[in-house]
Amino acid sequence: MNRQLIEVGVVLLFASVPLWLGNLYYLHILITTGIFIIAAISLNLLLGYTGQLSLGHVAFFGIGAYTSALVSLGFDLELTDSYTFVFEPKPVWFSFLCGILFAAVCGWLIGKISFKVRGAYFVIVTISFAEVVRLVALNWIDLTEGPMALNNIPPFTLGIPGLWELTFYKKEPNYWLVLALCVLSFVIVRRLVESRAGRAMIALRENEPLATSVGVDVTKYLVLATVVSAGMAGAAGGLYTHYVRIVDPDVFLFIYTVTMVIMVITGGKGTLLGPIIGGLIFGILPEALRGVAGPEVQWIIYGILMILIVYFLPQGIVPALTNWWRQREGHQDPPAPKETAREVVN
Amino acid sequence: MAGKANQDKALTVDGLTVKFGGLTAVDAMTFDVHEGEVLSLIGPNGAGKTTAFNAITGYLKPSGGNIAYREANLVGLNPNQIADLGVVRTFQKTSVFGGQTAFDNVLMGLHRRQKQTALEIIFGLPSVGSEEQTMREKAREVLDFVGLGARANELGSALPYGEQRLLEVAIALAAHPSLLLLDEPVSGMNPSETASFMDMLGEIRKLGITVLLVEHDMKMVMGVSDRVVVLNYGSIIANGSPAEIQKNPDVIRAYLGERHRKTKRGGRGKRRA
Amino acid sequence: MDQLLQHFLNAMILGGTYALLGIGLTLIFGIMRVVNFTHGELYTFGAYMMFMFVMPLQTNFFLALLLAVMLGVALGALIEIMLLKPLRGADIDTTMLIMIGAWIAMQNMEQFVWSGIAKSINNPFPADPLVIGAVSVSWSRVFVFVVACALIAGTYALIQWTKLGKAMRATFQDTETAALMGVRINTVYIATFAIGSGLAAAAGALLGPIFVVYPTMGDMAALKSFAIVILGGLGSVGGATIGGFILAMMEELGAGYISSGYRDAMGFLLIIIILLFRPTGLFAQKERIG
Repeated sequence: MNRQLIEVGVVLLFASVPLWLGNLYYLHILITTGIFIIAAISLNLLLGYTGQLSLGHVAFFGIGAYTSALVSLGFDLELTDSYTFVFEPKPVWFSFLCGILFAAVCGWLIGKISFKVRGAYFVIVTISFAEVVRLVALNWIDLTEGPMALNNIPPFTLGIPGLWELTFYKKEPNYWLVLALCVLSFVIVRRLVESRAGRAMIALRENEPLATSVGVDVTKYLVLATVVSAGMAGAAGGLYTHYVRIVDPDVFLFIYTVTMVIMVITGGKGTLLGPIIGGLIFGILPEALRGVAGPEVQWIIYGILMILIVYFLPQGIVPALTNWWRQREGHQDPPAPKETAREVVN
Repeated sequence: MAGKANQDKALTVDGLTVKFGGLTAVDAMTFDVHEGEVLSLIGPNGAGKTTAFNAITGYLKPSGGNIAYREANLVGLNPNQIADLGVVRTFQKTSVFGGQTAFDNVLMGLHRRQKQTALEIIFGLPSVGSEEQTMREKAREVLDFVGLGARANELGSALPYGEQRLLEVAIALAAHPSLLLLDEPVSGMNPSETASFMDMLGEIRKLGITVLLVEHDMKMVMGVSDRVVVLNYGSIIANGSPAEIQKNPDVIRAYLGERHRKTKRGGRGKRRA
Repeated sequence: MDQLLQHFLNAMILGGTYALLGIGLTLIFGIMRVVNFTHGELYTFGAYMMFMFVMPLQTNFFLALLLAVMLGVALGALIEIMLLKPLRGADIDTTMLIMIGAWIAMQNMEQFVWSGIAKSINNPFPADPLVIGAVSVSWSRVFVFVVACALIAGTYALIQWTKLGKAMRATFQDTETAALMGVRINTVYIATFAIGSGLAAAAGALLGPIFVVYPTMGDMAALKSFAIVILGGLGSVGGATIGGFILAMMEELGAGYISSGYRDAMGFLLIIIILLFRPTGLFAQKERIG
């Protein structure tokens, strides 16, 4: 009960931001940060809970963005000299769902392929996948306009055309939309994690032979995690594309995956709040640094921060704070004495 | 195929052979485990006991032979599929989910007993919540059964060695086995822990669970087993009741060296604990 | 037919440098179990050092090449000592994250120092190509091929016949036993990383004068190295050598007969296909540890 009250309070607080912030540029930053937080939440499901480092995560984000953009804009493809496939523009809510679905299907494929191989191989397969998709977006000019980008993408709309429609031209409704989807993503991941499926994922991460010995199907749960994660990243991509209303092959750049990874690692992988905290920090930090340092210096700082965090705060901010809080509260149960635990196991 | 004797057979291992490169770890092993009994697999170190375990539970692909459980062929199945048939094992090296609490360890073990599907979970159906509630109660029951009720909120890796071994059994029991395979469950336990483990094994039996045990502790083996199968160099050299086995000259010969080594092993076990 | 022959020749020439990249990466992974994301940055570093010595400093081209490779070796050793040595025994994910951090930092330092504008490097070779029958190849590419082959041969010799090479092979087989037998694991690690980095820097220094030099050039090189290494099997030097040539061949044919835009995609398609059908790579005998 108490927990629910706090949660509702926090969401209301975030929802009230456009009412008192009064600066549209700051609101814009919060919107893009929110979109990245959704992507980070989705990555956390894979990286944090199943322990699989997906370094091609931006592919799902970009697939969601491109699919939603293309379905809402319509396109035609010259399949043979005599036949051209014409796809009429569809409403944005429909294109958005298509984006999620297609990203999830790609996640399913990648999951099926790459969970045969784990660890380093999974990482490399996911990177390769993202690069292939980027090169396709760059070169399939008939469909994607390549480097010229898809322009004039319609903004998000809700409602029934002709009867009542709400179009998200302004920043405020976009902010609330992103916030709502952030909350939804958070809730979905929390439900998964606190259920049979999530426990199976954690069990696989912690001790795969033991997990399989009690009947956990490795492939099934890893693929499930990838599908949900990819769909969620696709949703983030769709939000992005209808908010900025232009999309080019740069959405697939590796650096965006890295941003998501940094957000998750910094906040605390495998914790529910980690990606949100990490996302807020790394969404707002670039703006804070903007006046002081150029983008290269910013990225240098990111890289160094990432190294420092892995060295000194390997669990991330959220677990560190939880431990600190527990100790302050007098709960004398610090994290497991790892050394002795290892000795016993060996 | 009818007849009472056949019906009684739970696990049938027929001509099981496992080769690693040129080395034959298990050679044409044949034995049965009957429903409801405790069968011990013993033999000197390197006799192929754990290898046989791994082959039965799907962690190793046998090079030859058949393994069947209640008429289902186990060869070629994945470990999780074998677990779904009710064949659940523990590991020789202590194996728990170290980063999770004892309670969550058991919850993870309950995986097989739950019905909730991914979509039901994502949509947050009330059935999921009520199942979670039942499972939490179930997890408490299992923890109490192995005597770890008071340790529910401690991390798996923070438990003392003997309790980690109990937690392993709790995880396996949570998976609802009809055949439980225990790989040296009391190694590294002190005599009083071993004694209470033997009591617990009796309780497990009363639940109607068939037990296949690999163990070095002869006092335990002779105390709990209905039958004993003795392995040496990958082959079975004896198969019978504990009393018969103790008199069998082949067994005595195979074990003579082992007995002497055993006293030394005791010391090592303590250091490990 | 002539066109095919020309593609084949181009592939051989490009394949030499690809093999250098692959060997460096596979050595580091095989011996140290580190997925080295800074590999591409060492490649970039080699190219920029070449630029610095040849263009503003007017050093002799061949001396510049030597200096660039040596600085690459030194930078590799430095990375090893500063970033990886404190993390001995950490799991592969941890080192991977550290290396990703280092990659981002290094790439942007290059951008910061040299700006994002692509730079070209003059070379001292005659402008007229070498013509053999119906095919032709520029002298600068011939030089690249010869040096790459020499470096590959040198690396083989080092691994086969030197004491360090023996220690490296022992560590690859079984780190713990090697340590018990008196192999200084730390030294082996530093040397391995330095050699691997030197090979990447050499590839960059060799290709820099042929293409242009820009800060993100290493990304593609790193990804291609991963493709080569997966092709050959992680940890297999012979596999990486052949893998380099196969990738180059596929790229040439892909660019020639499909579309030049997809040249760079060939490697990744190759990775995905190989992992699908033969996850141990084409040449590895050892079981893959995932």
